[in-house]
Amino acid sequence: MRTVNVKLIVDAVAEMCKEANYFLGDDVIRAFEKGLAEEVSPVGKEVFKQLLENARIARDEKVPMCQDTGFAVLFVELGQDVHLTGGDFNEALNEGVRRGYTDGYLRKSIVKDPLERVNTKDNTPAVIHVEIVPGDKIKLTLAPKGGGSENMSAIRMLTPSQGTPGLVDFVVETVSQAGANPCPPVIVGVGFGGTFEKVAYLAKKALLRPLNQPNQDPFYAELEKEMLEKINKTGIGPQGYGGRFTALAVHVEVFPCHIASMPAAVNINCHASRHAERVI
Amino acid sequence: MEVKRIRTPLTDEVVLDLKAGDNVLFSGVIYAARDAAHKKLVELLEKGEEWPVDLRGQVIYYVGPAPAKPGQVIGSAGPTTSGRMDAYTPAVLEYGVKAVIGKGLRNEATRKALQDYKAVYLAATGGAGALLARTIKESEVVAYPELGPEAIRRLVVEDFPATVINDAYGNDLYAEGRNKYALP
Repeated sequence: MRTVNVKLIVDAVAEMCKEANYFLGDDVIRAFEKGLAEEVSPVGKEVFKQLLENARIARDEKVPMCQDTGFAVLFVELGQDVHLTGGDFNEALNEGVRRGYTDGYLRKSIVKDPLERVNTKDNTPAVIHVEIVPGDKIKLTLAPKGGGSENMSAIRMLTPSQGTPGLVDFVVETVSQAGANPCPPVIVGVGFGGTFEKVAYLAKKALLRPLNQPNQDPFYAELEKEMLEKINKTGIGPQGYGGRFTALAVHVEVFPCHIASMPAAVNINCHASRHAERVI
Repeated sequence: MEVKRIRTPLTDEVVLDLKAGDNVLFSGVIYAARDAAHKKLVELLEKGEEWPVDLRGQVIYYVGPAPAKPGQVIGSAGPTTSGRMDAYTPAVLEYGVKAVIGKGLRNEATRKALQDYKAVYLAATGGAGALLARTIKESEVVAYPELGPEAIRRLVVEDFPATVINDAYGNDLYAEGRNKYALP
């Protein structure tokens, strides 16, 4: 048993909010550089140039790369041998978000009620996913999620007879219909299997994987490649102005499912694929 | 890359000179307004009441900026998805707004209203909020401060870059670009 004071969690989350919003990952930067070199559309090339410059300014000046600093989505892997002291665990996560978004000059984008729409003014509450795992560590992953790309996401309860083509068509169609809206080039998180709620969670989790780190199962790795190629044939291109880089990656996460079902979910992320990690 | 430098506010003549695909650099005053502000403005139109700021001939930028750090004019300030404003845009253009800037697809009613009222829709680079903020030289909340990031702001910009998507003639850069680069 290891005792951890929740104050450590507050501090870690606050730092992660800033880090994720100011510093774009090297994997995404490399994908932009590849886009700049290989995009055939001149206006598409210009978009990549701007995105690289934008990431540089954000990093140097410690300002958010995008004004939509997102919904704070937290994935927690909580070791079963950890004993938390010093306060409420969920409140500590929210306090970290509150501090990070306030001290980091990040936008407060959360409204308390979907219809009344009054801003909570501190970007809380966070969306929190906790998984209990073996060990005595706490792994925190923060993925701030923008609203524009989230709005273009979709779930479909496919049926077993639809097979691989059913999944591929659904994923390509969802990205194709989103067009310029989710700030292409996008990253496409696909959940496949499980139940209605599990498949959405898998799609979001798929976005955490570093770019172009394929699924470990060769079949799904090949399927990711096939879907990326199909998406990039739509011609949507960077920012929807036309071009060959509509998506930078497709990531599929798979889970067993019911004999009657074949759920699929597509969670689209804009090019500002932000995350930060800490192990306590 | 060829660009058209434009000073705001806009006349019909300037609007009618813009074609889908044109790259524009705006200088002068533009106004920030997004979802919540649009709802309020259109409610005023329905009641026959005046707007808190006269936006006839002006440019609206769909943006909810991040807070300014000390020493900054404004925080990151890139465009938000325009389609959510489609419910309000025909009324806003009928009122007399001449250009709207955002990112993403517009519906048929908005595209038609751009032709009917001689107006233009442009996109700025989505997700380039830190870069775009550098072109904003002054920022002041002029209405609805209670909306926080959704308040109406008067922004003074210098060479703010945008690309014409839907012009007053019915052309659509998104459709043209996609057709040009789509593969079988």
